[in-house]
Amino acid sequence: MSNLLFATPKELTGWLSKLASGKRVMAPRQEGPSVVFRAYTAKELAAADVNALLKRSYSSPKQAILPQCETLVAFKSAKDPEDMSKLTTTVENPCVAEPTVLFGGRPCDARGFVVLDRPYLEGKFKDPYYAARREATVIVTQACPTVLNGCFCNWVGSDPADKEGSDVIFTAVDGGFVFEAVTEKGEALLAGAGFADAADKAEAVAAAHAAAAEALPAPSTLDHVQEKVAARFTDNAFWDKETVKCLSCGCCTFICPTCQCFTITDEGSQLDGRRLRSWDSCMTPLFTMETSGHNPRPTKANRMRNRVSHKFSFYPERYDGYFSCVGCGRCVVSCPVSLDIRHMVKAAVEGCDLVFEDAPVAEPAPVVEAPAPVAEAAPAQNPAPQKPASQKPSKGKSKKK
Amino acid sequence: MSEHDCGCGKNPYMPEVATVLDVITESPTIKSFRVRFDNEEAWNSFTYQPGQVGQLSVFGVGESTFVINSQPSCKDYLQFSVMRAGEVTTALHKLHPGDKVGVRAPLGNWFPYEDWKGKDIIFVGGGIGMAPIRTIMLHVMEHASEYGKLRLLYGARTPEDMAFKGDLPSWLNSDVLETTLTVDRAEGEWPHRVGMIPSVLKELNPSPDNAIAVLCGPPIMIKFTLAAFRELGFKDENIVTTLERRMKCGIGICGRCNLGGKFVCLDGPVFTQAQLNNLPPEM
Ligand SMILES: Cc1cc2nc3c(=O)[nH]c(=O)nc-3n(C[C@H](O)[C@H](O)[C@H](O)COP(=O)(O)OP(=O)(O)OC[C@H]3O[C@@H](n4cnc5c(N)ncnc54)[C@H](O)[C@@H]3O)c2cc1C
Ligand code: SF4
Ligand code: SF4
Ligand code: FES
Repeated sequence: MSNLLFATPKELTGWLSKLASGKRVMAPRQEGPSVVFRAYTAKELAAADVNALLKRSYSSPKQAILPQCETLVAFKSAKDPEDMSKLTTTVENPCVAEPTVLFGGRPCDARGFVVLDRPYLEGKFKDPYYAARREATVIVTQACPTVLNGCFCNWVGSDPADKEGSDVIFTAVDGGFVFEAVTEKGEALLAGAGFADAADKAEAVAAAHAAAAEALPAPSTLDHVQEKVAARFTDNAFWDKETVKCLSCGCCTFICPTCQCFTITDEGSQLDGRRLRSWDSCMTPLFTMETSGHNPRPTKANRMRNRVSHKFSFYPERYDGYFSCVGCGRCVVSCPVSLDIRHMVKAAVEGCDLVFEDAPVAEPAPVVEAPAPVAEAAPAQNPAPQKPASQKPSKGKSKKK
Repeated sequence: MSEHDCGCGKNPYMPEVATVLDVITESPTIKSFRVRFDNEEAWNSFTYQPGQVGQLSVFGVGESTFVINSQPSCKDYLQFSVMRAGEVTTALHKLHPGDKVGVRAPLGNWFPYEDWKGKDIIFVGGGIGMAPIRTIMLHVMEHASEYGKLRLLYGARTPEDMAFKGDLPSWLNSDVLETTLTVDRAEGEWPHRVGMIPSVLKELNPSPDNAIAVLCGPPIMIKFTLAAFRELGFKDENIVTTLERRMKCGIGICGRCNLGGKFVCLDGPVFTQAQLNNLPPEM
């Protein structure tokens, strides 16, 4: 028996449906104009079109393990029977980590959790809420069938079939999907799936991986990026210029799989209240504003400098040279004023004006039940919704002017 | 809970419920709170180092960062001195003995007092910056024989703004500490100095030989006092200070308090000026 297993679309949705009775199964879901990770019911999954579950989400799946808002501490107080003017207060942690299958994310999404693990699990203090959800979650990742607008995972040491951070990885091939367990957790999940052995599909899988990797824009070497971005710190003109258009909306940070920042606030009263954790954004001026009115990062250029430096210089300085960016490109395609972190990093390193042109965006060929001819990565008939109108298809090399 | 890689599994976000034992009005804007954990076991096993901070909270209002300014040898209470500024500090100022607060501590690093043995130390505190100085100074005074000459220069805007009034007589009369008090301006009776900290410091003219300078206070005071110390010949590696950044988690995760690749809550708040010189200039 090889370590590869084959499932047809029906078998896949059937399996997910079975998993959903007993576990929370989260997968991409179209909601209005966006695609977001949401929990599905067993019934929904049984009837689902598999291609709908494989869409690339606009926001990252980070919320499966680090919810946008959660209660860290619930507190209650009661009058002291001996002195009615006094209260006794009790605190508790209401966190329940639901067993979860996170299905259909991409390799960059899975690597995002590896980036978050370092501050959340590997420092002096361990975040028990994150740890519990991380433990309870199995990550089932799809190898990217095509390259999307903004993708640059190959700049940051990854590729469209990277297994890092995933428990299971699967690849679309003719007529279905080939699954491979990456971790013991993944093996355990697949054990009950009843999928057929797929030793004969190894070549098709390798070919699919190679095709996707091929389609990526040429990697940037980012030589000495950590030092060079750090050296830009005092180059105010550079950051001012790069940030002129920024609206400080924070979108780039909220959709990012690696952004770790949060705030803590209280709600309710001492009698019955909660201490909440909510995502926060370093792109807003209030983030570092002190009560005195003093703000170490008063301008949007200061804040962009911090965001880019954190990802490519400060974080690597702290964690053995690893970047805090997985190259998913979400911030690139979702920024309302088209600010591009690739541009900023490269310009910081190379110190010149650069123009980026993305590879043509191809929708993945829908996977159908019956074997179909291999889809070619033809220019999209049906452009991905996030494709900005101004982007011209090109050979996808980053060019210097 | 000073080391958290110990695998003890303690939840670093969970506050200890504590009771306010005493509230001391220090100045029109500063009150000191003496608190003790309700859980006896947690209280008895609690240890910390001078300079470490805590997140003190009013349930339903929020948490804020304050240095523990009682010395570790004090086993009866933890003292926090709080300047009224915004929401949490205003709520704290309304508390009375018997009220409950939350405490997450100890957080952050501490003053490297082991490295100072055998050296002269001059402590300089400005305004609420006297709070971190109080802890380390009291600690060092308890072990005065292990150190050289100990001096304190404490400044406030007016005599009324000077906190720790209950401590001042013992500091002024101490055999092991030479205390100088100064105010920016004095109305009425004031037997001590009048003048800004940096100029009084230059008058005191402490020798930089085999000496450590510890200074805490508002940014503007730090700036000019630092310049004065350098003028006196103190080397940056012998000038120690504490930084302030807006904080939330206090444990190096929420990303809020970074200065370059360092988190003030985890790698600080205590830094030498030499260390600060190597961090990005973002104050
Ligand atoms: C390491 C350290 C030690 C400190 N020690 C003391 C002390 O001993 N005594 C004292 O009076 N003050 C101290 N401060 C400053 C104190 O934390 C702030 O004045 C306080 O948080 C203001 O809270 P607030 O809710 O009243 O203000 P708001 O403006 O309502 O603040 C909202 C929240 O923002 C955060 N915040 C705002 N300003 C600051 C700030 N300057 N530093 C940290 N967090 C901030 C807090 O989470 C606060 O609850 C210290 C700060 C740091 C970083
Ligand atoms: S999404 Fe764009 S405009 Fe909004 S904060 Fe980020 S860089 Fe600025
Ligand atoms: S910074 Fe942008 S490209 Fe990098 S991981 Fe975050 S959203 Fe993706
Ligand atoms: S306060 Fe959260 S990282 Fe320092």
